[in-house]
Amino acid sequence: MAEPMRIRATMTGDVADVKVLMNHPMETGQRKDAKTGQLVPAHFIQEVTATVGGTTVLSANLGSGVSKNPYLGFKVKGPKAGDKVVVNWTDNKGDKNTAETTIA
Amino acid sequence: MNALRRNVLKGAAGASTVAIAVAAGLLKPTQAMAAWNAAAFDAKNVGGAMKGLGVSAPVDSKDIIIKAPDIAENGAVVPVEVTSNIAGTTSIAILAEKNGTPLVADFTLSGGALGFVSTRIKMGQTSLVRAVVKAGGKSYTAAKEVKVTIGGCGG
Repeated sequence: MAEPMRIRATMTGDVADVKVLMNHPMETGQRKDAKTGQLVPAHFIQEVTATVGGTTVLSANLGSGVSKNPYLGFKVKGPKAGDKVVVNWTDNKGDKNTAETTIA
Repeated sequence: MNALRRNVLKGAAGASTVAIAVAAGLLKPTQAMAAWNAAAFDAKNVGGAMKGLGVSAPVDSKDIIIKAPDIAENGAVVPVEVTSNIAGTTSIAILAEKNGTPLVADFTLSGGALGFVSTRIKMGQTSLVRAVVKAGGKSYTAAKEVKVTIGGCGG
């Protein structure tokens, strides 16, 4: 089950600085379980999209090389304080999660 | 207090809808993932990953700044920040050259997003971290070596 993620957006001048922390194991499919010796199946976030004020600003493809509990930071020019920021992700098993915040 | 509960309920409903769609054959798993660039992410070497990204012979550029530690003590979590000062930057891809599958992430920027991404990556061993930037139909690249003392892949 996907756990909630943390998101924060702040304005610096006319640039919004968005920081997202997603909760996800990001298994590569190459790691072995210490107890059973079996490979742990790959389980990682594949797609992340972000919108600010309804406009898509970022669409990312991630591989298994992104660290556990992925952190993502990006900057957008133009939005105003109070605009809504929405971040969605989908992993390779079809799990999804979404988080939203308003720019402070 | 109830926020978590809300999420749990929403998540459960969402998951079951997807499951039903899959069962009905409306949404094949492969189709649902169609946007994910499997060719690039499954490539075992840098050349293959670049080909998957549709990049050939990117030009070295000093306008791409990679901020990463010189020495990463823990290869499982290497902070990497890429800033592209190239006008009209539309995408930034991050590669760890000696990882089993070098392509780590590919970010497509639009709608006022600046040429900047910050994330954390896994690195199996000491290697170059390469950024590939697409701007105005051309591609540019820059790299920085990160020494890894404890690998973050396998284990």
